[in-house]
Amino acid sequence: MNLNPNPVFIISKNLRTRHRNSKIWRSIFFLSTALAILVLIVLILSIVNQAFGFVLIKNTVEPGELSSIPLEQLTKPALIKILKSNLTSNRYKTIDRELPFTARNQEELVDLVTSEIVEPTVVESYHLDVSIFDKEKILAEAAQKHPDARLEFRAWINSSFINRSMSSTPELAGVRTAIFGSLWIILITIAVAFPIGVGAAIYLEEYAGHNRINRIIQTNIDNLAGVPSIIYGILGLAIFVRGLGFFTSGAFLGNGETGGRTILSAGFTMGLLTLPILIINAQEAIRAVPNSLRQASYGIGATKWQTIWHHVLPSALPGILTGTILAVSRAIGETAPLILVGASSFINKDPSGVFSRFTALPIQIYNWTTRPQAEFRNIAAAAILVLLILLLSLNAFAIIMRNRFVRRIS
Amino acid sequence: MTDPEKTPVQPIIIAEGLSIFYGNFRAVKDVDMKIVPNQITAIIGPSGCGKSTVLRSFNRMNDFIPSCHATGTITFHGQNIYANDVDPVQVRQRIGMVFQKPNPFPKSIFDNVAWGLRINGIKGELSEPVEQALRQAALWDEVKDHLKKSGLSLSGGQQQRLCIARALAVKPDIILMDEPCSALDPIATLKIEDLMRELSHNYTIIIVTHNMQQAARVSDYTTFFTMDPDRAGVMVEYGETSHIFTNPRDKRTEDYITGRYG
Repeated sequence: MNLNPNPVFIISKNLRTRHRNSKIWRSIFFLSTALAILVLIVLILSIVNQAFGFVLIKNTVEPGELSSIPLEQLTKPALIKILKSNLTSNRYKTIDRELPFTARNQEELVDLVTSEIVEPTVVESYHLDVSIFDKEKILAEAAQKHPDARLEFRAWINSSFINRSMSSTPELAGVRTAIFGSLWIILITIAVAFPIGVGAAIYLEEYAGHNRINRIIQTNIDNLAGVPSIIYGILGLAIFVRGLGFFTSGAFLGNGETGGRTILSAGFTMGLLTLPILIINAQEAIRAVPNSLRQASYGIGATKWQTIWHHVLPSALPGILTGTILAVSRAIGETAPLILVGASSFINKDPSGVFSRFTALPIQIYNWTTRPQAEFRNIAAAAILVLLILLLSLNAFAIIMRNRFVRRIS
Repeated sequence: MTDPEKTPVQPIIIAEGLSIFYGNFRAVKDVDMKIVPNQITAIIGPSGCGKSTVLRSFNRMNDFIPSCHATGTITFHGQNIYANDVDPVQVRQRIGMVFQKPNPFPKSIFDNVAWGLRINGIKGELSEPVEQALRQAALWDEVKDHLKKSGLSLSGGQQQRLCIARALAVKPDIILMDEPCSALDPIATLKIEDLMRELSHNYTIIIVTHNMQQAARVSDYTTFFTMDPDRAGVMVEYGETSHIFTNPRDKRTEDYITGRYG
């Protein structure tokens, strides 16, 4: 009978193996998490590393040579006089034609004097790590190569970077136009993709029967979610820019010089891109609504539409919104389709509506990273930070709205 | 009480030659059944014999199962509810349903009851009909001070009574109950049973139950279903509950109620 003289020992032996195994698995899973976090940290550090650091700045003309008192304290006529006497007459006329000097305010004139005459140029820029750990080297190099330049710590992401529009000099370039472009595009993307996506999901989950055609539709939607974004760009180019250019350019309203390469085309293309992801997410959210809820509604004499509108959709909405957040986050960072539908790489006019030409943050980043000057890489890093901040704040806003809604219904 | 076959009272529901199919499978065959108004009719029988399927066919809830269809007629107040021009939504307004698992809406207690009224076009002040429905469902005293709380915050038995109140609010003639106590503890079950007795003065109740004691306790009439060898559900016997439980006519009924089934 007593086959197992020392059961306690056997149990504890098994236990030890089991604990060891679980410890191994635990550390493997922990390592993969840690690795992911590490990669993320490295990514952010390398961006931050480029977005901040010392710069050596040299003025072409010292402001002291232009006037004995600081530029900021000069009056408008004095500034205009400086501009007139220091610019070539052609340049002076060109700027005056853009907007007459007399119509500009004092601050704008100071900016103009700074950018056109003083022309502070960054002759050398250093990354954050060098700036912190090897300042002696920077000082030595500055003294040797650029004795007349001044050393300055520069955050490439700053208020003027966000306020300025595109410029061919990295020090004066900014992302305002791109931020507006991105926001407009996202707005149109949501306006297009959300109603269509949720509508399609409702149809597929609540109305469509289990037949062959619907199965084919479902399979196609699932596959479309994995189609590379550049394909959507080609589609958008063919349909919205070329095919429907008359409408997307605003020509049917009487202003059509953009030829369809407008915010509207970009928004529609992004809408198409996000649609399959949105449909799939919305379908899953609708499927997760318990059937007992539908039955309860039908059981007291509700119609199908009343059931969907009052019970299924409110219960599914948090899930649908989560899916929308994910889909829109993807759209906000897309570059390839925007290049194809004709995002302008150099534009300094803010979009005034859906029929404007546009640029977007990823386009700017892409554009700047391809330039040879080191400073463009600095502002590209700064623009990446802007894009990340924009993305995170949009997501945070959406999540707060969603949570507020969830609290209201439960 | 008399045998429903000979009852002088006009039956409220008459099922004739009712067969229900899931695709090609005949789940229930040739049911002929009469439901006496203002009485509780229990449907008992072993699992899989089509009790719930029959119950759900009385208010066309089976319409939502794509492969399911019924032949034969179910006459409600003299009107075949499976006729082509009948609106199933209106059928369900007249014949309410309470489900196995309590399924209140994720809304406030008040809105749970009021929603049925609103979708039926009743506008304006609803607190009176809501109170009335909650009183009828013997829930008012427990919830009157927190009508704004979520229906899901109640206990299981309270939730089920809320579901009954919700069904009562739209003033149906008949309430179908599909094993309403199977997810509840004995005390909550007893409350629901008392409530059913109370409600039977004004409503016709049809209840599907696995619990034979429950059928014996609450119902006036009992109908026994079982499976034929071809797995189709058939109605074996129908009569006054006291009769069925004390003096069944059919051997299969006797075997089932004495626990010798299977």
